[in-house]
Amino acid sequence: MTLLAGRPAVAAAGAHGEEEHGPSGILKWITSTDHKVIGKSYLITSFLFFCAAGLMAVIMRTQLASPDATVVSQHAYNELFTMHGSLMLYLFAGPFAFGGLANYIVPLQVGAPDMAFPRLNALSYWLYLSGGLIMLGGFLTVGGAADFGWVAYAPLSNAVNSPGAGPDMWIVALVLTGFSAIFTGVNLVATIFYLRAPGLTMFRLPIFTWNMLVTAILILIAFPVLTAALVMLWADRHLGTHIFEVAGGGVPVLWQNLFWFFGHPEVYILALPYFGVVTEIIPVFSRKPTFGYRGMIFATISIAALSTSVWAHHMFTTGVVLLPFFSLMSYLIAVPTGIKFFNWIGTMWRGSVRYDTPMLFATGFLIVFLFGGVTGIFLASPPIDFATHDTYFVVAHFHEVLFGSAVFAGFAGIYYWYPKITGRMLNEKLGKTSFWLMFIGFWVTFIPQYLLGLHGMPRRIAEYSASTGWTTLNRVSTGGAYILFLSVAVMLVNFWVAWRKPVPAIGNPWDGHTLEWATTSPPPSHNFYALPPVRSERPVWDLNHPNHPTISHEDKKQVSEKELAGVIAGSDKGEDR
Amino acid sequence: MIKSSKSIKVIIGLLGGAVILGGCNAPTFGAFRGATTQGHDEFKLWVGFAIAGIAVAAIVWGLIFWAIARYRRKGDEIPRQFHEHIPLEIIYTTLPIIIIGVLFYFTVVTENEVDAVSSHPNEIVHVLAYRWGWRFSYYGQNNKSQGVMIQTAAEPKLLAQPATSSQYPQLVIPEGETVRIVLNSADVVHGFYIPAFNFSRYALPGVTNVFDFTPTQIGVFRGQCSQYCGLYHSEMLFSVKVVSPGAFTKWVSSQQITQNQPGGSR
Repeated sequence: MTLLAGRPAVAAAGAHGEEEHGPSGILKWITSTDHKVIGKSYLITSFLFFCAAGLMAVIMRTQLASPDATVVSQHAYNELFTMHGSLMLYLFAGPFAFGGLANYIVPLQVGAPDMAFPRLNALSYWLYLSGGLIMLGGFLTVGGAADFGWVAYAPLSNAVNSPGAGPDMWIVALVLTGFSAIFTGVNLVATIFYLRAPGLTMFRLPIFTWNMLVTAILILIAFPVLTAALVMLWADRHLGTHIFEVAGGGVPVLWQNLFWFFGHPEVYILALPYFGVVTEIIPVFSRKPTFGYRGMIFATISIAALSTSVWAHHMFTTGVVLLPFFSLMSYLIAVPTGIKFFNWIGTMWRGSVRYDTPMLFATGFLIVFLFGGVTGIFLASPPIDFATHDTYFVVAHFHEVLFGSAVFAGFAGIYYWYPKITGRMLNEKLGKTSFWLMFIGFWVTFIPQYLLGLHGMPRRIAEYSASTGWTTLNRVSTGGAYILFLSVAVMLVNFWVAWRKPVPAIGNPWDGHTLEWATTSPPPSHNFYALPPVRSERPVWDLNHPNHPTISHEDKKQVSEKELAGVIAGSDKGEDR
Repeated sequence: MIKSSKSIKVIIGLLGGAVILGGCNAPTFGAFRGATTQGHDEFKLWVGFAIAGIAVAAIVWGLIFWAIARYRRKGDEIPRQFHEHIPLEIIYTTLPIIIIGVLFYFTVVTENEVDAVSSHPNEIVHVLAYRWGWRFSYYGQNNKSQGVMIQTAAEPKLLAQPATSSQYPQLVIPEGETVRIVLNSADVVHGFYIPAFNFSRYALPGVTNVFDFTPTQIGVFRGQCSQYCGLYHSEMLFSVKVVSPGAFTKWVSSQQITQNQPGGSR
């Protein structure tokens, strides 16, 4: 409360004091504890990791375009898919959401001047950056980067099978970024619980912030398990323990259990923030409140709860897990996810939907994620998993859900919040071009991969024989990957255009609903000069459209602005007489 | 909205039927029909799932595309600000629960068929996976093929050969008889995967996995390590040759019987 009471004074000090006397340039960047600076650093860094990992994917697809190809050696290919997966999952999809978007947007959405622990926030970023660079640094070592897959199954990841500095650097990098994620999780929970603006009750929080709260709690559940497992792996490699070694009485499958106990919540750590992004965008561009707001929150919470009890569906073919239990729990996740889908559609229903680039990407997300979700139901069935486990069917499935969320919804988020973050608009024409290229490229890349999986092509193979008959489908998939590459290139051109020929953005260019649109673009040093009253989950909408409050479904007729004006005018006249 | 929820109900009715009828003469939806009885059971489940999945996807996509086409912004009029419809929300929470209930039932039934192990398998084969090859040793008390061992390591740069080439180890099994596989790994985690059988199982160090299959089709099928196992993972191939029981007996007698093989089991 003291913080809230002190805000105007702090904001004034920020506007007139700090900016003039503080450090500038690179020193300002390094020493900053402002959530906006750190958020931007996270966004840029993770986007660069995304581009690097994307390039690796393009090289791999080029290799697979023809049988017995030698574009890269088998060893290099193994490094590439390991680093592609690690970069995308550990350094892009997660940090982009909870380090980048959430860091920037959550304090704004709750009406706070900064995150709860600004210095911890800075520590998170620097741990993340050093972890990322250490992981990539593996390529510079003699033995090359880690090449045991992003899951690092024991005993392939032990000192005998994967010697060298590259794997060690991978482990250290993950410990560092793991701590970074944990600190950000703590920060988000504290910010959302303690720094909300007056009137902003939990059931008035924007869905994005709700999802980030749940994500942060999932981070606190999952990442310590990964960190602990990594320390055990390190001990096996260097201290002579036998935790995952059969020879010393250890249990290799223990690694899989620990890893996936982290790994499956991690999947939702990567998905829930993007569900949140989409839930911000659809109502704004449909000019309606979120349909089933509370249902949406309960769905998020149930997805998170269920996600901690489904890890062994990654291990159906190990023969050592209880199949029906993990199968049923995995199926159950379809229920809250289905609720979300119907709520998104319900939000668009009878709305007035405008397809600017953010909405285009959000709609694209709905369409592609649905397909990935349905094939996920297939994989939750152990017999079907026996037939498709570790094949390209699985590769296509998780790329559809992860690419669908982190890239389609992630790019939707970039286009949506770019004006807020930079004060500049992105070009709509380039944005739409980028979307259509991505939408087409996506299907061309991944539909053939489903078929390849059904035809028996295992994942993580550097080459295949022409006698398998996989060549044509692989070629089509590679073509799709090039289209995706082009789509991201158009996006980069868009950034460049926005940088060179800026089109200034106003504070609320999309007629947004939530508090981040109540301040300037970009926001001042401590975010707000004044906050509108918060009386619903759409304070800025209420401010701009006072005559169009949320109504229940039974109220068949919305009082129009004219009528309301008439009523007010009438009562005024009445008083006059 | 009421109309669409009715159509969802109709689909639920069809869904159960689809899973039951799946696999009779339906299209394969890209999958193998399964060259074993277990694999064919899996295939039937797959077809049911594919039909159900396509139906659900079609409905939801239909709703999305309808919303896109119908509710595009035309004027500056602000739409009615409704935000919930509790009965509808309850319906679309309950329906998916019914759907997954049906899917789960058929999953468990099929799973029990696929995972069932016979008390009297006709042949027992110990399979040892190692980097980067396979060893097939024929063991058991009442087997025709006791003591036969086939072993070939994959050699780098043989990929120009078809996977069914004799360069790769070949598992020979009789058609129509129950074959027990006892699976181990000598080093890291491998995946024993035969696409045409619709089946894979990890070969884990320190764990013995046991499963049966009954081939129903004579022919040579590709097999491959599916779990990434290091440098030459791509080349850890094998093949499965299903022959008639008579031909199998002949094949066994043509093989050198190695006595007192240590075998693959630990």
